Amino acid sequence: MFKNVRQLVELAESQNIPISEVMIRQEMEVTEKSREKVMEQMDENLSVMEKAVEDGLKGVKSRSGLTGGDAVLIQNYMKNAEPLSGHLLLDAVSKAVATNEVNAAMGIICATPTAGSAGCVPGTLFAVKEKLHPTREEMIRYLFTSGAFGQVIANNASISGAAGGCQAEVGSAAGMASAAIVEMAGGTPQQSAEAMAITLKNMLGLVCDPVAGLVEVPCVKRNAMGASNAMVSADMALAGVTSRIPCDEVIEAMFRIGQRMPVAFKETAQGGLAATPTGRAIEEQIYGTSLQKE
Amino acid sequence: MKYRSVFDIIGPVMVGPSSSHTAGVLRIGRMARQLLGNEPAWAKIFLYGSFADTYKGHGTDVAIVGGLLDFDTFDTRLGDSITIAKEKGIEIEFIEESAKTEHPNTARIQTGDNHKEIELVGVSIGGGKAEITELNGFDLKLTGHHPAILVMHNDRFGAIASVTQILAKYEINIGHMEVSRREQGQEALMVIETDQKIDPEIITQLEKENHIMQVVRVSD
Repeated sequence: MFKNVRQLVELAESQNIPISEVMIRQEMEVTEKSREKVMEQMDENLSVMEKAVEDGLKGVKSRSGLTGGDAVLIQNYMKNAEPLSGHLLLDAVSKAVATNEVNAAMGIICATPTAGSAGCVPGTLFAVKEKLHPTREEMIRYLFTSGAFGQVIANNASISGAAGGCQAEVGSAAGMASAAIVEMAGGTPQQSAEAMAITLKNMLGLVCDPVAGLVEVPCVKRNAMGASNAMVSADMALAGVTSRIPCDEVIEAMFRIGQRMPVAFKETAQGGLAATPTGRAIEEQIYGTSLQKE
Repeated sequence: MKYRSVFDIIGPVMVGPSSSHTAGVLRIGRMARQLLGNEPAWAKIFLYGSFADTYKGHGTDVAIVGGLLDFDTFDTRLGDSITIAKEKGIEIEFIEESAKTEHPNTARIQTGDNHKEIELVGVSIGGGKAEITELNGFDLKLTGHHPAILVMHNDRFGAIASVTQILAKYEINIGHMEVSRREQGQEALMVIETDQKIDPEIITQLEKENHIMQVVRVSD
């Protein structure tokens, strides 16, 4: 099993195969399943993501009423005007938002790597799809590439907001997405690693401060930011920009920051946006009491 | 390696909104259900750390009860699990604990039916993955890096040998094993970590052995 990004890239380069293929072969070995079975299972996950984006773009509303409908707003805006940040970028943003709005509404999603960060990978995938016109297999491979980088983070740092803050959730998801975009666009395994490093560096220190403890505010919009960060970092890596700090060291830094991050900023609703006057007022509205301690 | 399969990262397919506070705790609840071996008549659920602070918002309460009802992470009845449990006459109580635990996402479940009672501590480690750290007062030192099973058995000679013989027959190598008991001749527990995956049919076969009460797979 590859233990870090360096080994992952080496495995791909030495055999002249893409990252997705390294992940597929490892999965077959570890779970003792056939290639067909492994691909089929990922195909099913892809279908779940597709459906979630579709549902979100039709418009959903969460139980609390805090989130929902923004994906529709963005899509309508794109139809009526040329977005300043470009059509593709905003398309990714709207589809990431769509996924997380469905998640907040207790719809069915595929965690990538978590539910709160489930928008970045499919959001970018279904946007880039319109431009690169991948085959179904290439789309499935996108998820294996994302999974390979995500597995390294999960095993060396954390993908839990309660353990490492939002940098570990949306940060990881965005990094995974950027690495997968690079592969789909024809970049090298090393360029995938650079994209992941650049993305994650820009997410370091991000706290997990959900208002009223709900995976809604700011989680939905953080996925929008994660998706756009992933797109921009992928373009930078494809342009030949490299990260001065190697990807594995960025992951290590993220882990250490997470360990030293105060508990108030780790999914406890005790700090950050959750502790703003409006955040507290929303809690009162939902629970009839504040979640604030002492 | 705690995360061995790509589907730990790209997955699970689940009802929102949180993989650690919804899907992960559902799995803790479901392991409790499996260990009890029956639909519970009652359950006391103690929540620690981040769970205690935010469980209502994340649907942690409905998820853990969904697990006790043996729902899957993608079961759309999840949102109504507490109502469904009430209709079935299952008594559920939530207790918010302020004690600090090693991992912020920790839950303790006491549950039982008319015949049996169990208590376990589970940790949701992220991305929908969960680990059991304590069962019926036995500390489980599971690394989570390998497939693992728990074997509840009677403290009698031959019980351990019967298990290891079956595993050997299927060419499954044991990497780590612990045996603990509370009193001589009473209920005892084997914790077995293996290098190979243990298929359901092997578990069924293990359970047919004399002195073996129950076998539960806790990670694969």
